[in-house]
Amino acid sequence: MPTLPSSPPVTPRPIPPSLVWRRVRRNPLSFTALCVIVTIALIALFAPLVAPYPPDATDAGSALQSVSWQHLLGTDLYGRDQLSRIIYAARVDLSVAFAATAAAVAIGALLGAIVGYRGGWVDNVAMRAVDAVMAFPAFVLAMGITAAMGNSTGNVAIAISITQIPAYLRLIRGEMLRVREMEYADAARTVGNPAWRIVLIHLLPNCLPPLIVQATLAMGFALLTMASLSFIGLGIQPPQSEWGVMTAEGASQIVTGEWWLFLFPGLAIMITVLAFNLVGDGLRDFLDPRMRGIR
Amino acid sequence: MTELLEIQDLTVQFESDAGEIEAVDHINLTIRRGEVVGLVGESGSGKSVTSFAILRLIRRPGRVKSGTIKFNGVDLASLSEEDMRQVRGAKIAMISQSPRTALNPVIPVGRQISRLFKLHAGLSAPEAEKRMLEMLSLVRIPDPEKRARQYAHQLSGGMCQRVMIAMALATSPQLLLADEPTTGLDVSIAAKILDLLRELGARTGAAILFITHDLGVVAEICDRVVVMHAGQVVESAPVRTLFNNPAHPYTRALVRSIPRIDRDVSMEPIPGSVPSLLNPAPGCRYVERCDWASERCRLSRPPLAEVAADHLVACYGYEERRGTC
Repeated sequence: MPTLPSSPPVTPRPIPPSLVWRRVRRNPLSFTALCVIVTIALIALFAPLVAPYPPDATDAGSALQSVSWQHLLGTDLYGRDQLSRIIYAARVDLSVAFAATAAAVAIGALLGAIVGYRGGWVDNVAMRAVDAVMAFPAFVLAMGITAAMGNSTGNVAIAISITQIPAYLRLIRGEMLRVREMEYADAARTVGNPAWRIVLIHLLPNCLPPLIVQATLAMGFALLTMASLSFIGLGIQPPQSEWGVMTAEGASQIVTGEWWLFLFPGLAIMITVLAFNLVGDGLRDFLDPRMRGIR
Repeated sequence: MTELLEIQDLTVQFESDAGEIEAVDHINLTIRRGEVVGLVGESGSGKSVTSFAILRLIRRPGRVKSGTIKFNGVDLASLSEEDMRQVRGAKIAMISQSPRTALNPVIPVGRQISRLFKLHAGLSAPEAEKRMLEMLSLVRIPDPEKRARQYAHQLSGGMCQRVMIAMALATSPQLLLADEPTTGLDVSIAAKILDLLRELGARTGAAILFITHDLGVVAEICDRVVVMHAGQVVESAPVRTLFNNPAHPYTRALVRSIPRIDRDVSMEPIPGSVPSLLNPAPGCRYVERCDWASERCRLSRPPLAEVAADHLVACYGYEERRGTC
């Protein structure tokens, strides 16, 4: 059984470490954003160690307290510590967004590779299906799916995944149309490789750079979709702490002046989404050969 | 004994918006075991298409319209796709004209060779690795262990071509299709690559179909030459005959267009270019560029006729002028 290279190279041309550092320094914003993401991920991973209170522990005596040393980001209606809830919510938000994106990448890339390589009527049918899905607003589609299937955490991930698959399918299909005409594709055919090996081992790795960029940008979008679904009550359900849910709960308190309740979860969403977008932009500059040496 | 490769009446057609194009038009070509055959012609004369047709790798919008290709007496068209895969790479191998782009940019070159041993010889990974290093040394790549781990862009053009040759010869094919293997290389490297090909071809007994537009290369390496023009074979002759006694006006023009330094003759370019293959006229396709053209040439296509032993020519004018020139 042939195996994939143990570590599939990310770019067609491996970049020497010194050059990596030089380019990272030229893009401090994306680098900072990457640090932010890593920090958030670490905090989420070690939530029980980092969070000052259990996330769901109610304390009627200290309900709706503003920012203080005791409760850095205040408390909610039930006296739950908002900082702890935001920290625990990061676990749900990041893991669902990641799972949804990973599934969408895997399915979309595989289908896109097959469709792009095969061409002909298969390609035609698949692309019309993609057009149909994409013509539908992604958020409305996700709403429809969770509304139909019930809004468990798993279903939210599936819904987000389904809205994203067409983008990857189209991306990899386009890349495949390009690389299948390359001479190394001909070379792979002339030595008698079966079609699946040509697609998966010889061609797909050559399509990866744009896929990585797209996936990073999509992580931010997945997070946003999920928070939005939860905000309107079609995503993660309370009492589970989740940024969208928390923002929704906080929104009802705006008129009464408890500003910290919607501001901090909202900020958490904004910072994380922004960080993913900045990293995605940075990666694009980094991986796109046409952008090399510019700036 | 059957010939190694026998192409009979092969026609490859491409569909385009403007109409159908016969890129290869009823050609016949035979390659004997261990023979080095040069396939010569200008760009667009159907040389590369012929080699892809042999491997049954013509893809849409192209298709093989008629003709048979027999390899060791077996009609390749009758093989299943699975059997054909066993032929590709294992029995018929190909060297492409741009080695750097024909190597996969994201796979180390060594792995691209060792995979062939796993694919066609069923060797285990360590064995395949060992054979791969042997092949790299055979094509005289210095420090094969180091080079095997590198990617195509880290090697020079000549080095890439050596890797391609190693890859092509890895499974000891009986026929090697070399599609302009020296085009992108500078002359001194090209000469070394030619030496290597000739030597390894002789050592492994592989026949070579050498596709080129460079008659100098042909003179150096080939036993026999087939000249193509606009998708048709116009002449086929042993290499000496072709250079000393070219028969078809196109071949004569090709020979005259070789730059000479030893004689004080100016280089003569061939007038015109390869004619459009869309809606070809019924006659000889060289007629517009030919000094010998007559009314007969315009009306019907001259057949490939034997004018001497092993020397075939498709030209009415030559028949009429025989003996006089």
